[in-house]
Amino acid sequence: MPAVDGKALLLAFSALGAGIAMIGGLGTGIGQGIAAGKAAEAVARQPEAQGDIIRTLLLGDAVAETSAIYCLIIALILIFANPLLRLL
Amino acid sequence: MQFFPRVVFYWRVYNLSVPVTETVVVTWFIMAVLIAASYYAGKSLGRKAGLFQQLAEVFYEGVERLVEETMGSERMGFVPYIGTLAAFLLLSNLSGLLTLRPPTADLSTTFGLAVITFGLVQREAVRRKGFAGYLKSFFEPLPLLAPLNIIGSFANPVSMAFRLFGNILGGKIITGLIYSAVPLLVPVALHFYFDVFAGVLQAFIFVMLTAVFVSMAD
Repeated sequence: MPAVDGKALLLAFSALGAGIAMIGGLGTGIGQGIAAGKAAEAVARQPEAQGDIIRTLLLGDAVAETSAIYCLIIALILIFANPLLRLL
Repeated sequence: MQFFPRVVFYWRVYNLSVPVTETVVVTWFIMAVLIAASYYAGKSLGRKAGLFQQLAEVFYEGVERLVEETMGSERMGFVPYIGTLAAFLLLSNLSGLLTLRPPTADLSTTFGLAVITFGLVQREAVRRKGFAGYLKSFFEPLPLLAPLNIIGSFANPVSMAFRLFGNILGGKIITGLIYSAVPLLVPVALHFYFDVFAGVLQAFIFVMLTAVFVSMAD
């Protein structure tokens, strides 16, 4: 087995970590799907309240999206501004 | 496709050289456009509205309606701030269409805006409960929970800043990746989605969250 360069190993695992971090988008996807489904039901029941429902849906989605955005930022930092490289 | 904004030039102040990034330069452009548009809109007001005045009125009435619906008619004083925020965020998110780097793709811009929102929320809370009541609210269900309450009040602006930054920068990076793979036609659809749709939506959400947090301040 050839000797493994420490930096290459670190970069490889950072790339893997960035990919794994994005699994966190899964929960947000499911949650926003459920919220959109409920909003569709609400609009079907009360079409006159469509404006309020859409506004509430967008606000709720924005808050629910937070965890996925944190995952995205961790992935971006691992790829573009890796703090671990300074430790080598 | 760059994570950090490029440094355009160094500004010499005495013997310091301050790096001026793309973010700052694009912000200057947006400021110039907004100032010129406001000056022109204010100057050419007439009983017979031209096209520009009609657009300005539609924008103003939209902001006024948003503030009235989310903050109540007793807080109409927030209309100028909310309107300015909306105009700045719309222009900066859409500036990606001109192949500029949106200022909101820099954490400094979004954190600055979120800090303003944080300050407004705290001021509103002090105004509503008095300074003693404001301090007391941190110790509210249990005095033991004070650290959690303090951290919790910082969490909202941090998540607002990261949400805007992550959405815009993420869109920019994905568009950049596709540009290096398929430089023809496909990026048009991506620009439409990430710059126009997501940009307008995120500007709206930032403005809405500011309005809701200020009106719920307690």
